[in-house]
Amino acid sequence: MPCVPAHQILDAPMDFDSLRDLKSGLGTAAVIVMDKSTDIVRAIARLSYFYKHESCGQCTPCREGTGWLWRVVSRMAEGRAQKREIDMLLEVTTQIEGHTICALGDAAAWPVQGLIRHFRPEIERRIDQYAANPHSEPIKDFGVAAE
Amino acid sequence: MSRLIVDDVEVDVPPEYTLLQACEEAGVEIPRFCFHERLSIAGNCRMCLVEVKGGPPKPTASCAVAVKDLRPGPNGELPVVLTKSPMVKKAREGVMEFLLINHPLDCPICDQGGECDLQDQAMAFGVDSSRYTENKRAVEDKYIGPLVRTSMNRCIHCTRCVRFTAEVAGTGDMGATGRGEDMEITTYLETAMRSELQGNVADLCPVGALLPKPYSFKARSWELVKTPSFDVMDALGSAIRIDTRGREVMRILPRLNDAVNEEWISDKTRQIVDGLKTKRLDRPFLRENGKLREASWPAAFEAIAAKIKQTPPGRIGAIAGDLCSVEEIFALQLLMQSLGVMSLDCRQDGAKLDPALGRASYLFNPTVAGIDQADGLLIIGSNPRKESPVLNARIRKRWLKGGFPIAVIGEKADLTYEYTYLGAGPETLAGIAARPPIQAEKPMVLIGQGALAREDGHSILSLAAKAAVALGAFKEGWNGFSILHTAAARAGGLDLGFVPGQGGLDAKSMAKTGWLDVLYLLGADEIAVEPGAFVIYQGTHGDRGAARADVILPGAVYTEKSGTYVNTEGRVQLADRANFPPGAAREDWAILRALSDVLGHKLPFDSLRALRDRLYAAHPHFAALDEITAAPPFDAAALAADAPSFASAPFVPAVADFYLTNPIARASSVMAECSAVAQGLAREAAE
Repeated sequence: MPCVPAHQILDAPMDFDSLRDLKSGLGTAAVIVMDKSTDIVRAIARLSYFYKHESCGQCTPCREGTGWLWRVVSRMAEGRAQKREIDMLLEVTTQIEGHTICALGDAAAWPVQGLIRHFRPEIERRIDQYAANPHSEPIKDFGVAAE
Repeated sequence: MSRLIVDDVEVDVPPEYTLLQACEEAGVEIPRFCFHERLSIAGNCRMCLVEVKGGPPKPTASCAVAVKDLRPGPNGELPVVLTKSPMVKKAREGVMEFLLINHPLDCPICDQGGECDLQDQAMAFGVDSSRYTENKRAVEDKYIGPLVRTSMNRCIHCTRCVRFTAEVAGTGDMGATGRGEDMEITTYLETAMRSELQGNVADLCPVGALLPKPYSFKARSWELVKTPSFDVMDALGSAIRIDTRGREVMRILPRLNDAVNEEWISDKTRQIVDGLKTKRLDRPFLRENGKLREASWPAAFEAIAAKIKQTPPGRIGAIAGDLCSVEEIFALQLLMQSLGVMSLDCRQDGAKLDPALGRASYLFNPTVAGIDQADGLLIIGSNPRKESPVLNARIRKRWLKGGFPIAVIGEKADLTYEYTYLGAGPETLAGIAARPPIQAEKPMVLIGQGALAREDGHSILSLAAKAAVALGAFKEGWNGFSILHTAAARAGGLDLGFVPGQGGLDAKSMAKTGWLDVLYLLGADEIAVEPGAFVIYQGTHGDRGAARADVILPGAVYTEKSGTYVNTEGRVQLADRANFPPGAAREDWAILRALSDVLGHKLPFDSLRALRDRLYAAHPHFAALDEITAAPPFDAAALAADAPSFASAPFVPAVADFYLTNPIARASSVMAECSAVAQGLAREAAE
């Protein structure tokens, strides 16, 4: 389910309709609360890795799309991306969402959509930061897969 | 019938149709990769997404939804399916992009290029550029057998090949390992596939991941001239397309023919191609002082004429081989009749089938398509998997539907379906009539050449007829008596009556020392002719017949002549010429016509047309192409009443090595490799 920032969710009743209005969902009613110390982009990259790992490979959008999402979000977590890729990423999530046999494709797409919806400035800040600090050698692997 | 609206077109289709089929009915092309008419539905490529109005707010996979599952609108409006809406266009573009991100896009070096579903559909439904900048996935190529080359980077995981081996071939050789992005199609331990139909997976593959190995990098699809024809490797007469470039046959592909081969062909049919070019007889030869020497046509004819003129007709015989067309057997028959020769035979394996019993006594009467209606099967002395793999797939398809008990007398082999094994030989067969093993409304009794090509073959035929009567295979509107031939020329030869006349010898006696002085072999390579007689061999390959011959007349293989073949059901099919015989070789009817002139008994035709006119006049049913002329029912009761005396030896399968059954196959290195691999697999399985 897409993530929602604190100021929107603090007083929201835990029911289907109000969460839908926040463009999220109740899902299985499992909730993850992250505080400000969490690196949100990295957290979503880790979620994307989970979905890429769990995709069974039967249908095309999920098999091919989850890996794509994970790779792009991982780069964004470092800032090693282009700003135009943010919109591209959003579009890729919509190409997965609703086109698969089961709901794993949808579930893989939503966290990324939530991230872009609410934390676009954070992603852009990292991209700027990365671009402003030329690296003589490629930054070492972010280590998402190893976690 | 259910009605629905597809893009403003109202169609009326059977309720069990899928949306994809309904859309096709409405004239709309739906892109697809995983969907195939003859395989189960997987719904995994997601290329066939359409929009169903009033349905869920997301596109629906049209291959996986039946028309009967659609609900009408609130006021009883017809369900509406949209295939050109923005949602559908976006869905297709999205799926196509996903398919292409990990596809190598190596079309210029891919053999599938030009006939690739992915290429065509990317053109029609995809976008023009890629946004994927990550590294592409790399997958190791797998060994899956001598006939199919893999290039697994190109695989789009449609799983058609997996479903084919599991459902149609019945060997379940292929599958997927890993999951998600890491899913790989393989034969698990990288062994060769065990099916005789494995070549079909290359046809099914919508991309260039599975390709015919022998044809690798040989030609491009648009360079080839395509000739529709018929196969002669077994007696099924599968519809094929022969692709030639110049004079050379490049490949053979199946053609759709629901009545016979659906759209499958066996590996022998498909990969025989290199055998058409190697070990060919391309000029006449004469044996002088024990050695074959090249000769001219007139010299060869003179030598034959000199020999035949000093031989009485009773000491001359002729045997027609397994790959001959009806035309040349007819020409040979006329020539031999004009010489007064009675010893004619087209049954070189010695099968005791007699046209005198009636046409229905040597045909596959229920027809191949009739297998779908049958509800029980008794197999006698046959291994259909080896003798006609495509027919076996048809039996398996019927068996999968259920309600189709199968019993076998003969070899206990893996037929890809379950059966009750009754026994090995004639004694079991003799007990059938007393205690029928199958209770069925429309039973089939399939009799193989392994049961008939033996000394007591006639008794076995009589016992089989008795069993068929006991099972109730002869009914109004149903004749379950099915002879499965192994030779493409056999049914045609029997139709012509190319069997010993009054006082004539059969093939086995003709081959014996001392019975004949002159023996004419028309492509007969499966019979060992003992020393003695002067042998004239008219054929195509340097095989057993040519090695024994005193005169060799080089003929044409089935791709090089227009010829009529009668398949095991009695279906008359006209195969077209795709290329020309090599060197001095000629079409076989023309050789016989030219020889007849030298012998002083000129055959009364100068063209194939005139030959056919005569043939059709003598045997009208040959004129009904692609049809089965209903055979009058034969007197099964009378045949069954014959007092049978039979040996107790078990039935030996007619086809020992599927890949090496005829001279063309024996000349093919691909077939030799397949045979070696199959034997290796069999040894492994036995250990």
